[in-house]
Amino acid sequence: MTLRLLALLAALLILTPAWAVEPGEALADPALEARARDLSTELRCLVCQNQSIDDSHAGLARDLRLLVRERLQAGDTDEQVRDFLVKRYGDFILLKPPFRFGTLLLWGAPLLVLVAGGFGLMAAARRRRVVSPAAGLSAEERARLDKLLGGGEH
Amino acid sequence: MITEIGHYALVLALALAIVQSAAPLWGVWRRDAALMATARPVAAAQFLLVALSFAALTHAYLISDFSLLNVVENSHSAKPLIYKISGVWGNHEGSMLLWVLILALFGALVAVGSRAMPLDLAAAVLSVQAWIGAAFLTFILFTSNPFLRLAQPPIEGRDLNPILQDPGLAIHPPLLYLGYVGLSITFSFAAAALICGRIDASWARFVRPWTLLAWLFLTLGIAMGSYWAYYTLGWGGFWFWDPVENASLMPWLAATALLHTAAVMEKRDALKIWTIFLAILAFSLSLLGTFLVRSGVLTSVHAFANDPARGVFILAILVFFIGGSLALFAWRAGRLRQGGIFAPVSREGALVLNNLLLTTCCATVFVGTLYPLALESVTGEKISVGAPFFNLTFGPLFAPILLVMPLGQMLAWKRGDLLGAAERLTVAVGAGFAAALVLGAIRGGPVLSVVGVAIAAYLIIGSFVEIYGRIAGRGVTLGIALARALGLPRSAWGTALAHAGVGVTLFGLAATGWGVEVVQALKSGDRMDLGPYQIEVREIAKRPGPNFEATVAPIDIRSGGVVIAQINPARRFYPARQMPTTEAGIATLGLGQVYVSLSEQNPDGSLDARLYWKPYVALIWIGALLMAMGGGLSLSDRRLRIGVARRARATAAQPAE
Repeated sequence: MTLRLLALLAALLILTPAWAVEPGEALADPALEARARDLSTELRCLVCQNQSIDDSHAGLARDLRLLVRERLQAGDTDEQVRDFLVKRYGDFILLKPPFRFGTLLLWGAPLLVLVAGGFGLMAAARRRRVVSPAAGLSAEERARLDKLLGGGEH
Repeated sequence: MITEIGHYALVLALALAIVQSAAPLWGVWRRDAALMATARPVAAAQFLLVALSFAALTHAYLISDFSLLNVVENSHSAKPLIYKISGVWGNHEGSMLLWVLILALFGALVAVGSRAMPLDLAAAVLSVQAWIGAAFLTFILFTSNPFLRLAQPPIEGRDLNPILQDPGLAIHPPLLYLGYVGLSITFSFAAAALICGRIDASWARFVRPWTLLAWLFLTLGIAMGSYWAYYTLGWGGFWFWDPVENASLMPWLAATALLHTAAVMEKRDALKIWTIFLAILAFSLSLLGTFLVRSGVLTSVHAFANDPARGVFILAILVFFIGGSLALFAWRAGRLRQGGIFAPVSREGALVLNNLLLTTCCATVFVGTLYPLALESVTGEKISVGAPFFNLTFGPLFAPILLVMPLGQMLAWKRGDLLGAAERLTVAVGAGFAAALVLGAIRGGPVLSVVGVAIAAYLIIGSFVEIYGRIAGRGVTLGIALARALGLPRSAWGTALAHAGVGVTLFGLAATGWGVEVVQALKSGDRMDLGPYQIEVREIAKRPGPNFEATVAPIDIRSGGVVIAQINPARRFYPARQMPTTEAGIATLGLGQVYVSLSEQNPDGSLDARLYWKPYVALIWIGALLMAMGGGLSLSDRRLRIGVARRARATAAQPAE
């Protein structure tokens, strides 16, 4: 236990950016640590190229990981931690964008495309069904056929 | 001198591409056979010139000619030979040249294999192909010329980005480009069909091998890229939903859809207009990928060459080809006759559903990738769209594809029997439940893993049920069944194998939930348990490399007291670029892997490390290999071999003489 504390202290003192989730960072309580990891995968490292703070080597990511753990230890819920970070850094920090007016099209797009595509297909199928009997004989052809058949019946 | 020849050859290639983009098309317009016939030799000559140019650049890299800016920026005299070669395309200019080389190669192959094609179709295809070639050759010569000389050459180069000094660079980009550029051929065929105003089953027969080829390479390229990221980026992830990964996934999804509609078109003469549209879409998405990677509009691990001028040029190319082809589509698609009627419950119907879902998946990735960009330019709001979004949207859209896949395979063309098909899949469903029960009982773990493995088992068995039905039955002996199995068309085996590959990959993905992770500082002599194995750190040592310094932690992996594998995870430092890289230590044990990746050294000499046991992880890439092999088998099917149509025509022509 003291060893872990020492390691944590050492990690805090040496501020060299090094690693995603360093050995000294983990919380003693496994349930709390698991929550911290889950939260970390949903938070963007703001200075990196599209990495979560769980994955990133950057110093900022490390600070954020420690911050998340600090808040969790203070008794925050996951939601409160997220709100706290959004208030500080904006929605940019969330890898899963929030559902609001500006992201309506983003979240709605899959369903929209699926439904529109489905309707399009149904319409196309109906059109084919309408066309196919007509593709049989036109009125003119039918008349000719009747004439021919009539002619054959002498 | 050799460099100048290469440079000159590239300029000549551009001139030929311009000729090839105009003369044959003029011939099609005027119905002039002589003009149309120019396409073939010009395409071949264009390829030779680009190849010469590429060889010249490679030569400059091999002899470390530091009077070339491109070589100075990306090479070093002490660099190992393989990276001197692969380094040619490890940068923006060189990779564009490789892109154009493959484009010219495929153009030449079409020219050689086009004797069976109607002359006007061949001429139009090669002409459209040359439009693309001319656009990219212009792009290279005016904004990204790899042959620029320096007045005062430095003594030493700046070395290749250390992350790229990996065998992955020799394989991943060429494979991916073969895929991207292969889609340009299907695009050219689509445009040619629109220009010529006719499309039929024989058109589909010419296009299908190219679709298969492009899809096959794209599959391999993506899988290879994913494995490279897995072992080199350092924490065992294999797919990050990075914009550039998405840029390769989108054409893959479109190509997968195209592959299936092309089959419908060839066999049933249906879905023509949709096939044309998909061919245009697939290549447009490849171009979009090129734009995203090279313009720097998106932040990504691949961002090399962030030059706005280049971005604008590629955007212009993008707009011209996508806009032009869509306009052509809108103008001419009405002329193409629709054929082949089918009931909703049929093989065609299942493939239409497959297409609907795949294109929706593709649209989801598209929107997710570009939405932050669009939102910021419209409202100024900055948001991130990352893995959690894609897992939440892409997953539920892809799941039905997996469930319907074996079912679709069982349905007959035109009108199918859903109940009968479902009944014949009982075995596969049973296998799924059995897998879920057994693995769930042994490993427990996340529900998603158990469900995933169940679907995977259902897919793998389900893929072969159709073949089983065709070769076995009541009273069929093993010998007959074997003979029948050998007699089946290779494309039937290809389909089954590729579909089973999807199941295998899914199995590997699902099994990630059973992995073990340990985060710890390693010291010499440390021992610990990792999944079913015990590991021991033998020492922590410094070892010099040719152009880097490394800190290595050799580790023994034991099972029941016996050493079964040794790994050497390392942390490298490249002085030329002042950059560290992480070389993960990976031991493949059965289908699982022990994966150890190191971070920086602590003052007390210990090394921070992440250690993983990843059961069945190899299946992710084995599945992709199986998919590609399935594609290869289909490609080797007699019906699709180049020249078959010609021979068929020759024999058909004989009685008439």
